Amino acid sequence: MSVVTLTINGQLVSARAGDTILTAAREAGIDIPTLCYVDGLSAHGGCRICLVEIAGSPRLQPACFMKVGEGMEVQTDTERLRGYRRTIVELLFAEGNHICSVCVANGACELQDMAITVGMDHDRFDYIHPNRQVDLSHDRFGIDHNRCILCTRCIRACDELEGAHTWDMAGRGSHSKVITDLNEPWGESQTCTSCGKCFMACPTGAIFQKGDTVAETDHPRAKLEFLVNAREKKQWNV
Amino acid sequence: MELTDLLDIAAKERQARPPHLIRCCTAAGCLSAGSAAVLDRLRGAVHDEGLTERVGVAAVGCMRLCCQGPLVRVDSPVASSGTEGVGMKEELYQRVTPDDAGSIVGGFNGGTVTANKGDLNSAFFQLQSSVILENSGRVEPERIETYIAAEGYQSLHRVLRNFTPAQVVEEITRSGLRGRGGAAYPTGVKWATVAKNPGEKKYVVCNADEGDPGAFMNRSVLESDPHRVLEGMAIAGYAIGANQGYIYVRGEYPLAVQRLHTAIAQAGRLGLLGSHIFSSPFDFRIDLRTGAGAFVCGEETALMASIMGQRGTPTPRPPYPAEHGLWGMPTLLNNVETYANVPTIIRRGADWFASIGTEKNKGTKVFCLTGKVVNTGLVEVPLGTPLRKIVHDIGGGAPDGGTIKAVQTGGPSGGCIPAELFDTPVEYDSLARLGSIMGSGGMIVLDDKNNMVDVARYFMQFCMDESCGKCVPCRAGTVQLHRLLTRILEGRAGAEDVQQLEALCDMVKHTSLCGLGQAAPNPTLSTLRFFRHEYEALLKPGSPAQRMGLPLVAPVSANRPR
Amino acid sequence: MKAFVGEPRGRKKTAALPISNGDPRFEQLEIAMKRYQFRQDALIEVLHAAQKLFGFLDAPTLHFVAHRLKLPPSRVHGVATFYHLFTLTPRGRHTCVVCTGTACYVKSADALLNAVSRAAGIEDGQTTADGELTLRTVRCLEPCGIAPVAVLDGIVKGRETPESLLEQVKGWLPRGTDGSA
Repeated sequence: MSVVTLTINGQLVSARAGDTILTAAREAGIDIPTLCYVDGLSAHGGCRICLVEIAGSPRLQPACFMKVGEGMEVQTDTERLRGYRRTIVELLFAEGNHICSVCVANGACELQDMAITVGMDHDRFDYIHPNRQVDLSHDRFGIDHNRCILCTRCIRACDELEGAHTWDMAGRGSHSKVITDLNEPWGESQTCTSCGKCFMACPTGAIFQKGDTVAETDHPRAKLEFLVNAREKKQWNV
Repeated sequence: MELTDLLDIAAKERQARPPHLIRCCTAAGCLSAGSAAVLDRLRGAVHDEGLTERVGVAAVGCMRLCCQGPLVRVDSPVASSGTEGVGMKEELYQRVTPDDAGSIVGGFNGGTVTANKGDLNSAFFQLQSSVILENSGRVEPERIETYIAAEGYQSLHRVLRNFTPAQVVEEITRSGLRGRGGAAYPTGVKWATVAKNPGEKKYVVCNADEGDPGAFMNRSVLESDPHRVLEGMAIAGYAIGANQGYIYVRGEYPLAVQRLHTAIAQAGRLGLLGSHIFSSPFDFRIDLRTGAGAFVCGEETALMASIMGQRGTPTPRPPYPAEHGLWGMPTLLNNVETYANVPTIIRRGADWFASIGTEKNKGTKVFCLTGKVVNTGLVEVPLGTPLRKIVHDIGGGAPDGGTIKAVQTGGPSGGCIPAELFDTPVEYDSLARLGSIMGSGGMIVLDDKNNMVDVARYFMQFCMDESCGKCVPCRAGTVQLHRLLTRILEGRAGAEDVQQLEALCDMVKHTSLCGLGQAAPNPTLSTLRFFRHEYEALLKPGSPAQRMGLPLVAPVSANRPR
Repeated sequence: MKAFVGEPRGRKKTAALPISNGDPRFEQLEIAMKRYQFRQDALIEVLHAAQKLFGFLDAPTLHFVAHRLKLPPSRVHGVATFYHLFTLTPRGRHTCVVCTGTACYVKSADALLNAVSRAAGIEDGQTTADGELTLRTVRCLEPCGIAPVAVLDGIVKGRETPESLLEQVKGWLPRGTDGSA
């Protein structure tokens, strides 16, 4: 496999051709914040948190999608990018109904962490207060759409790892909503295997395990990683 | 099918044509004004008056002056001219009612014609060109023979016999044609890229998802002259090495869908599409895909997702469709109008095409002129024509003594050009410099009764409703921009709201995933640039707290209880 | 906020196969799918065909399509709800569609919409309680030359005013309203 050399934030980095900027940066110990990206799942490119500047390119590019190129000069942490990232997080908070103090994921929430990372101390936008539902029909899990940031991680985990494709996105624009089957109660889903991968993948408290009380939720991300490794590196094929 | 067969069909069609021809528009604009009944009456009257030998009635496509529909044109040979085919006298009738139609036919038997006469010598018609629309209003869209009689499919024959694929690409490159969908990418370069990219299968896709409100150039071409697009696509297929084409048509255009179905079937029956076209080794099929009401599907990656039966959400580029398109294969995506130019470029040569327009903007462009202007309809002019000529000369200026304030070009992705800049030549680059775009060719004339903040909000609402929801800046950002514009419009905003509006516009423009989001702030930004005073007139002074009537500092009462 | 609360154990497992109930329209839909060789990429074309047959897309129809095209139900629902032209609820006997394209907008299409909306007591996308009239808007119908435009039961009407439009939909309005509101 051929190797390309590029600079990220002025630091010389070598990467495999075909790698994304995100992979190359993380292997070089440079962190680029991400929200909709999960290792082992296909990239989505929707949250726009991982946008980076590439010298000579008029457009910002998502690091999770953009492949490295020889001699590329990438900036991941400029004043401008920090501003945009903060705005994105503010838009997400304004768009849903996120009340950390009463959320099962309080303290274990990637949206909350991201707010701290980008230094969001208040939201400059109007809260939309959408009227969204809660589905508690499943016997082990629940989904609170008020906390959903539409990152599609659950959809991708269900489709790509479990192979059930119980989840998908319905509607569009600000009326988008993740659904199970034909927008039927989750508990009545014909396709759900109750594997819990959607719960493992969820960055916020939207999909939660029943019985978790406030501040007890711990999305077992390690389990998801284990499964990804097992599949990709064929660890189970002795 | 060989060339001789093609010429045979053309000759037969011309021979069968009666000397007098009544052409009635059956494109959607005139149909909705009642042209179907007019056509029926014309046909019935010709039969009843016993004129079938002398007078033919043709159901043709758009004749441009849509606001005066239903339009009927009558071609009669002029007695003084001896040679056949030349010396035709044309008469235009507008706002024709079925009764008028009867009288037009009666005119051939010496009756009085009561229909309103139109003026074919007016600036609206005289200042226009005919390249893309050369057959529009002349050929019958549902009869392939009329297209063949207008030299149709001869360009396809010519490239299959006399050109290598590389020569076709070269010819298109030399013509200087640029993509007519809005991005204005050089068509020849795009074709060359797809041609050289390896792939076991390649696709040719025609983007007919004309979503800009107030723009119907593509619909007109598809409804009036569908074979021109099929021929252009087949030539493109030969040039890049593709055997399969798709046309993605807006679901809101049932007539265009129906006429394309008919056209594809007719071309297939004559062997002009399918296997071994003109006995060459070249196979080319075209399938139709109908959209279902999603503006974002005009974006190329979303369009491809939709062709593959998925939600029309875009994906980041690169990779571009030219290397990774439909089913991962190299895919050529062009707009209807781009393909519609191709047969003419092949027939008349790249040099002829390059002689029209300006240095970097070759050829003609079809615009849809609508809004507060006297003549609304289709306008085809060479690129580089000043806006003033289009709006005031061809369009006839404002109706009812109004004052034209601006022209909105490029739909929800474009901007507003104020009247004082109407000397700007209409070119891709000059409009871009003014913060607008030519887009697919919509031109909506606004007068002094239109508030520009309201116009900005209208387009923002459009983008908000049409956002696919995949990326945060477009999904949530347009909602906030719409709220800010509403607040300003309702007189509840201050200077800081305009600042926030500008900052958020910048953010949405630079961080959105696809063209819809990236261009969503354009109408707002361009109205802020040229009509800032209209925003400022709506602002309230002071801080937010003052505007809500709250005192800045709580008054300290002297005898407050301790 | 509404919460679905299901039984904790022994979830309902209804028959996975949608039952056509002998409705001949399912057979016609089957024929339409066959024309596309049950190709999954023809989903949108198949949904168009289904909506033409049934008037709208209800759960049994979507289940049937998902099953025959071998697609996950959520995927079919996701596509059906993405596109504006598909409707998952039945429409009224009559429809009034008001164009909100730019040419109509600059010629006050909102006045047309408001007039019908007020007179019928329904918003865009809704159907009157008696199932008589559905009011919808459309992005742009493109007969911009005769703006503002409305479509009444499929027939395009141009150069409308609130008064002329109300006159035409009067017969479809719920009892007790005369459009003068």
